[in-house]
Amino acid sequence: MQMTLVLVVKNVSKEKKMLEIKNLQVGLEEEDKQILKGVDLKIGAGEVHAIMGPNGSGKSTLSYVLSGKDGYEVTGGSAVLNGEELLEMEPEERAAAGLFLAFQYPVEIPGVGNMTFLRTAVNAQRKARGEEELSAGEFLKVIRAKAMELEIDADMLKRPVNVGFSGGEKKRNEILQMAMLEPKMCILDETDSGLDVDAMKLVSQGVNALRSEGRSFLVITHYQRLLDHIKPDVVHIMANGKIIKSGGPELALEVENNGYADLLAEVA
Amino acid sequence: MSVADANTAANALDALSVDNTGWAADARSSALARLREMGLQTKRDEYWRYTDPATLTSQDAPQAALFDAGEKPLFDDVERLKIVFVDGVFDAEASDDLSLENVEISRLAETASADIHWAKTLYGTLESNGQDPVERPLAAMNTALASDGVLMRVTGKVSKPVSLIYRHKSESSDAILHHVIKVEQGGDITLTENGPAAARFNKVMEVDIADGASFHHVRAQGRDHERRAVTHIFTRLGAESTFKSFTLTANGVLTRNECVIELTGDDAVATVAGAAVGDGVFHHDDTVFITHDAVNCESRQVFKKVLRNGAVGVFQGKILVKEGAQKTDGYQISQSLLLDEDSQFLAKPELEIYADDVACSHGSTSGAIDEDALFYLQSRGVPVKQAQDLLVLAFLAEALEEIDSDALSEALHQRLEDWLARRSA
Repeated sequence: MQMTLVLVVKNVSKEKKMLEIKNLQVGLEEEDKQILKGVDLKIGAGEVHAIMGPNGSGKSTLSYVLSGKDGYEVTGGSAVLNGEELLEMEPEERAAAGLFLAFQYPVEIPGVGNMTFLRTAVNAQRKARGEEELSAGEFLKVIRAKAMELEIDADMLKRPVNVGFSGGEKKRNEILQMAMLEPKMCILDETDSGLDVDAMKLVSQGVNALRSEGRSFLVITHYQRLLDHIKPDVVHIMANGKIIKSGGPELALEVENNGYADLLAEVA
Repeated sequence: MSVADANTAANALDALSVDNTGWAADARSSALARLREMGLQTKRDEYWRYTDPATLTSQDAPQAALFDAGEKPLFDDVERLKIVFVDGVFDAEASDDLSLENVEISRLAETASADIHWAKTLYGTLESNGQDPVERPLAAMNTALASDGVLMRVTGKVSKPVSLIYRHKSESSDAILHHVIKVEQGGDITLTENGPAAARFNKVMEVDIADGASFHHVRAQGRDHERRAVTHIFTRLGAESTFKSFTLTANGVLTRNECVIELTGDDAVATVAGAAVGDGVFHHDDTVFITHDAVNCESRQVFKKVLRNGAVGVFQGKILVKEGAQKTDGYQISQSLLLDEDSQFLAKPELEIYADDVACSHGSTSGAIDEDALFYLQSRGVPVKQAQDLLVLAFLAEALEEIDSDALSEALHQRLEDWLARRSA
């Protein structure tokens, strides 16, 4: 009887898997350089994972490869989101499947209003999933409420996407997009970079408000500070294109206090 | 042009004759004399190096197949006075009654036999002034031979736009129209033009803007793929007056739009803008010549072109600031978005300045679609073609922003969006 119970529990946890990356190997298309050298990562539904690591360890590359940016060549491995192989899909298909990347450097798009951009994105995803598109009125109602929570005013919604936004405004705008698109798997690529303490709090609140059983997060950061606000379940250390150590939140503190040298030495 | 061709052209010019009756007779004769002296342009002329004029100057118009885009007529929702020309011939039935408050409208063909007309002092005058320092033979030819045109004298603010609609129904039509617009002190009018007009269309518009008057012009050139057009706007601005012109061009095997602007009164503002979308056999040339001859005037040139599948875009823009035209503010930007490597953008910005207290800037760029912006849109779930369209519209937006009327701007914006969506579908 007991044996059966354990099996049932295991099956449930298996069903709740969100993202599973296996032995992912990635190089640059233009030059003969391997960046990711076999990354393994499993994120369960509703979990928050953090990846820390020294500069050049491949953290941002991982986020770009998962979201489908050009210029990288996957030479091996897989990345499965909710049972679907991501690496075969176009970037927009990955988004429709529930993946979202909050950019480290959000792109400025002159001439495209922020509101138009958001509505186009929301409706494109709805269409891709076979859902009815939101009317201008419905959309406006939803966005107003969500923008207010992130202290994004009407002017920021009207302005061209990210043009003339401060660093903090850009990051808040990323979180607003996340809130509007309601993805299942959110990757935050150094969302804390360029933020002051207050902005970091605001952004973290926005992220925490989105935490739910059906939504997972992968938070890429250099500093433990962000993880004070967005509490991770699991912390991974990435170095030289691999995850070299995983642990609980205490691992982030260890890095904050001692740097990466000890951890790197451990592996070597 | 070979010697034989040159002789044929010269013979052809010799054989031309003008209507020598009525109020425009003198203007027509002197235009013909100007034309004979100049001769027709060739590809060797400095301002025709990027655009071959052969099919514009040839005796017969090359055939142009008709094209039915199957769309609702442009500006249909805008309240306006419509004047319709079919292959250059006035269509009374399709046109509205030509009476409208604060503007007196007549036609060149209808008034030709009269001895007196207010347009007598203007017809051919601005065109003739505009022949120096750069010769424009096709404009002189237009003055000499125009079969019809609209003559408008604006005396106050006109409540709705006057709309010239050019329909194309004959595959070999060769139309020459010449419009004269006199905007008197306190006058304010919006003129729209749209439609393919003819297989080959030669149009001149002379616009004389008095002190404190305003002229707004919004044009959408017809989409018949094989049509050809050479158009000239000659305008003269008085003190504190405004001239604003915007042109949208999509399709057309050959288009040459010249705009010759002379700021003669202090504190005047002139803007000329254009958005062109070319795909395949498409050659579009914007040639602008702006002369600042007064104090504290502003001029703006904003041209955007999106080109693909071997389409060619040309921009030649000159700002001439005469001695004494202090506090001139001249702005010029010409940009192209090349959607593939087969397309071409040729730009020749020029500044010639003889005053010492002026601000003139010019910029010309040519580039591909921004890959980072494209990926950003895709990463939010926008399909790649839709993302491209959004970026194309964003690129053109700066030129469309030069249109003052929201209704007209919205109509053009919507039209562009539909074209792009249909192409992507």
